[in-house]
Amino acid sequence: MVGKDCVAIACDLRLGLQALTVSNNFPKIFQYGDNVFLGLTGLATDVSTVSDLFRYKVNMYRLREERNIAPRTFANLVSSSLYERRFGPYFVSPVVAGLDPKTGQPFICGFDSIGCIDFAKDFIVSGTATEQLFGMCESLWEPDLGPDALFETISQALLNAVDRDALSGWGAHVYIIEKDKVTKRLLKGRQD
Amino acid sequence: MPGFDFSNYNRNAALHARGVPLPKATSTGTTIVGCIYDGGVVIAADTRATSGPIVADKNCEKLHYIAPNIWCAGAGTAADTEFTTALISSQLELHSLSTGRKPRVVTCMTMLKQHLFRYQGYVGAYLVVAGVDPTGTHLFTVHAHGSTDKLPYVTMGSGSLAAMSVFETQWRAQLTRDDAVKLCADAIEAGIWNDLGSGSNVDVAVITPEKTTLMRNYIRPNERTQKLGSYAFPKGTTAVLNEKIIRKEEIGKYVSVLELTEESDDKMEVDT
Repeated sequence: MVGKDCVAIACDLRLGLQALTVSNNFPKIFQYGDNVFLGLTGLATDVSTVSDLFRYKVNMYRLREERNIAPRTFANLVSSSLYERRFGPYFVSPVVAGLDPKTGQPFICGFDSIGCIDFAKDFIVSGTATEQLFGMCESLWEPDLGPDALFETISQALLNAVDRDALSGWGAHVYIIEKDKVTKRLLKGRQD
Repeated sequence: MPGFDFSNYNRNAALHARGVPLPKATSTGTTIVGCIYDGGVVIAADTRATSGPIVADKNCEKLHYIAPNIWCAGAGTAADTEFTTALISSQLELHSLSTGRKPRVVTCMTMLKQHLFRYQGYVGAYLVVAGVDPTGTHLFTVHAHGSTDKLPYVTMGSGSLAAMSVFETQWRAQLTRDDAVKLCADAIEAGIWNDLGSGSNVDVAVITPEKTTLMRNYIRPNERTQKLGSYAFPKGTTAVLNEKIIRKEEIGKYVSVLELTEESDDKMEVDT
């Protein structure tokens, strides 16, 4: 979710096998630089595989270029990596959030499982609670939210959406990304 | 062309057989049109992207760059239109660099159809290719299976019927530039209003021998009205169990830096 000179990215913590909960501490957000974050939803084995694959690719990028990867560059890396597997995709739908290292402008985008990028000015949702999240974000989000207001908005949107999705929930992680700091919060959520 | 990686294919087929639903691809579910006029060619598109019945993107770009004088409107699987046009654009740029000539629209169309035919329709890109080159003004459609058409006015995508009805009632020979832009925009609007897979805004590109003009959001008939109230929550609404702040200047705490001198023993071994 985009705010004024800041972005937020949040995920729930459940790992499940259909209706059976296997773990209640399975974070789905990964960091690939000072302010480049990737959220992954979908098949858990692919969440792990894809997050490690991008850690490898980003490390190779950093060694080759001797600089950190920018969110927009990273988004194109994600997109082309997913499209390479057009006919045998990873079952993930990623979300990228970050701040442009040069301008400090917020950047977010989402992908389908075969790498089509969805650039958005406001918010991106993904996962089993997509429909609920679309409704929550579409009504709660407004332009130019500050870091504190953005935290409340994204948290309430996520918490209330996952409460109406049987397959999501069990607590949440929220990252607020600003120019010179990143705040990570663990939210109190329903445990059923 | 390097090709695709199929290594997950068998796993996914096995997973699908055990009842794991296949992920939904974003579709453009689109209205795209093109129309030749005296002195150039116009292509236009709506800006809605869908994932099943959900509107995935309300303002996406469906007019793709191929070359400065060739543009392409894409319908079908969103990722396929994006990557197919980017691939052909890249090959065409290299081709024009090695021949030292401006790329031709027929070349582009032939490369697209040969690529799509090779993939037997599985690469779901349905394209309207338009451009001006030294041989004249051209307008083509390319279907995912590799068939092509060459016509003075064309429509594609789920809104093609709505758009074609506008062309069939209003098109005439010897259009001016403004007439052609208006006709294309009207055809897209017919798709926006009457086809559920199309919506939001109208993008238009006009290609003439001199230059290409891309008019992003040429018409915006579906502007979101200003919200009258605000749902902003007061600070402290959400219960937080744990908080961790990492500041950039403090990042040194998490990293230790060792200065190496020339004499130090633990110099990195360098292969010579």
